[in-house]
Amino acid sequence: MVKVYVPRDSTALSLGADRTAKAIQAEADKRGVKIELIRNGSRGLFWLEPMVEVATGKGRVAYGPVLPKDVSGLFDADFLNGGKHVLSLGLTDEIAWLKKQQRLTFARVGITDPVSLDDYIAHDGYKGLANALKMSGANIVKTVTDSGLRGRGGAAFPTGIKWNTVLNAPADQKYIVCNADEGDSGTYSDRMVMEDDPFVLIEGMTIAGLAVGAIQGYIYLRSEYPHALKVLNEAIAKAEAEGYLGDNICGSGNKFNLEVRRAAGAYVCGEETSLLESLEGKRGLVRFKPPLPAIEGLFGKPTVVNNVISLATVPIILDKGAQYYADYGMGRTRGTLPIQLAGNLKQTGLVELAFGATLRELLYDFGGGSATGKPIRAVQVGGPLGAYLPESQFDTPLDYEEFTKIWAVLGHGGIVAFDDTVDMAKMARYAFEFCAIESCGKCTPCRIGSTRGVEVVDKITAGNHHAKNIQVLRDLSDTMLNGSLCALGGMTPYPVLSALNHFPEDFGLPKDKTTA
Amino acid sequence: MTVLSQQELARIETHIATHKARPGALMPLLHAIQDDIGYVPETAYPLISKALALSVAEVHGVVTFYHHFRTHPAGKHVLQVCRAESCQSMGSEKLEAHIKSTLGIDYHQTSADGAITLEPVYCLGNCGCSPAVMLDDEVYGRMDAEKIDELVREVKNG
Repeated sequence: MVKVYVPRDSTALSLGADRTAKAIQAEADKRGVKIELIRNGSRGLFWLEPMVEVATGKGRVAYGPVLPKDVSGLFDADFLNGGKHVLSLGLTDEIAWLKKQQRLTFARVGITDPVSLDDYIAHDGYKGLANALKMSGANIVKTVTDSGLRGRGGAAFPTGIKWNTVLNAPADQKYIVCNADEGDSGTYSDRMVMEDDPFVLIEGMTIAGLAVGAIQGYIYLRSEYPHALKVLNEAIAKAEAEGYLGDNICGSGNKFNLEVRRAAGAYVCGEETSLLESLEGKRGLVRFKPPLPAIEGLFGKPTVVNNVISLATVPIILDKGAQYYADYGMGRTRGTLPIQLAGNLKQTGLVELAFGATLRELLYDFGGGSATGKPIRAVQVGGPLGAYLPESQFDTPLDYEEFTKIWAVLGHGGIVAFDDTVDMAKMARYAFEFCAIESCGKCTPCRIGSTRGVEVVDKITAGNHHAKNIQVLRDLSDTMLNGSLCALGGMTPYPVLSALNHFPEDFGLPKDKTTA
Repeated sequence: MTVLSQQELARIETHIATHKARPGALMPLLHAIQDDIGYVPETAYPLISKALALSVAEVHGVVTFYHHFRTHPAGKHVLQVCRAESCQSMGSEKLEAHIKSTLGIDYHQTSADGAITLEPVYCLGNCGCSPAVMLDDEVYGRMDAEKIDELVREVKNG
């Protein structure tokens, strides 16, 4: 029976993948052809979704974007045997966009049926756990440390060092918490892992549990991801049934239980201490640090809080070794980054590459330039708290330290492009507005500063005491940068000041006064 | 304050019984109630507070902290429109204005026929296909005025 793949990833669904899948099944039934319809994850080429694949003797052949109206034509063209059609993309593995990538964390994404444990295992799943079960906790931690893996949520703190703190914190109970509150605009790599390869996250968290001696894990999942919730719960139930979670993992006598907890639409809960408060059933108010969550985290116990991508990268490190992973990357930034191309680009999607590629390569070689065909004027990297970069900075390599040098952040690897119709004063105003909406209210610079910021930008654009208010904007940003309790207030000045510095003409200032 | 039917009260009591012993029970409990009843009725606060040994103020504090929880019934469907940067780069502001004028409502309001409650949302993780909206639990990408009109029509007729 011919295997036909139609993705079940949210983005593919948002473009009608369910209708395409139904149309293919109906057409096959009508023609009396037997097919095996598999709902895989997305390969991450979003401009081609819904992208349909057919397994042939030469490998998987892709067609896209396939809408219900194309289905009968595809059957006529004998697509079940890889026949030529106007939507033909050739062998999936040979598509240049995919071939140029280095997919480690995303090795299986788009290839397998996300909720098939057999498929997961057939594609190298649970090899990392098998190795980890033979190692001491300290050795697992050492492997992760040696790999150079740094937190992919945005803060880039070395994962192994965090784990080591938890390992060495004596306690009767410890926790592994996965931060799946992916709220940054322009990011969706966490969502893709959870929807398209959930077992890799489950495996990563299980290994983390073994490493630090924790037997309970929580995935704190944003409420905006209902598909991810379903997939994760289905995968967790299967892992439990097959002994990959529970009281006797793979017959080793080790315990690890996992539960998904839904967030409720508060951006600030992506901040780890606010997340922990929320998991405890409280308002998501940011905590003072210290104590670090690694010492006093969830319910006051030592807790590993890691991003989805960090945890989902652990299995391949344990499978192939620390050096294999560390061989990718540049400088102090080892490994790969799943980059998310978003906004005004022709070819958006998931690009996993070793650190070091330039923004220009991503925007033009992968992204194909703007979707509207106009020049790309500004790019926001790293979510709503990330700086806006002008064209003169497009040659910056993607590396945490290189971005720090230009007063920007790589964050969670989201890249949002804007064409030349963007009004950067409006974007600065929006940054403050977003901060005001999402502020937890605990510290004054964030709670009050964000609202004052909206007002000041309004005064500037209205030409009201212009020079004075530009200074007020800078002073206010300085207060928020240095006086906020967490990154929400503390980094809102990044989009604001980068917009002001790189695009002063949008704030009624002369163009040549760039102080970047 | 909305008056709850005996059945609704009984269902809330069941949710409380199911969740109260879990660590950090309040969030899963509030989700269970909203999933079932459609909102978290203020009438339920005393029941929750008693079961979880919290003050009514604490329960109220948590419910109102999170954008997702509502204390009044929504329309038959909830339409969330993404306002975040990626969607803005692809013209979501125009789309927002179009939706508001078509439905004759602003954010956090429900259309006169009770069919649609309009809510802003800050990222749906569909940034590769901006602008995006979510209708109940389904995401729609690359939206424009025409597609949104069709979606609204389907909902209103369905």
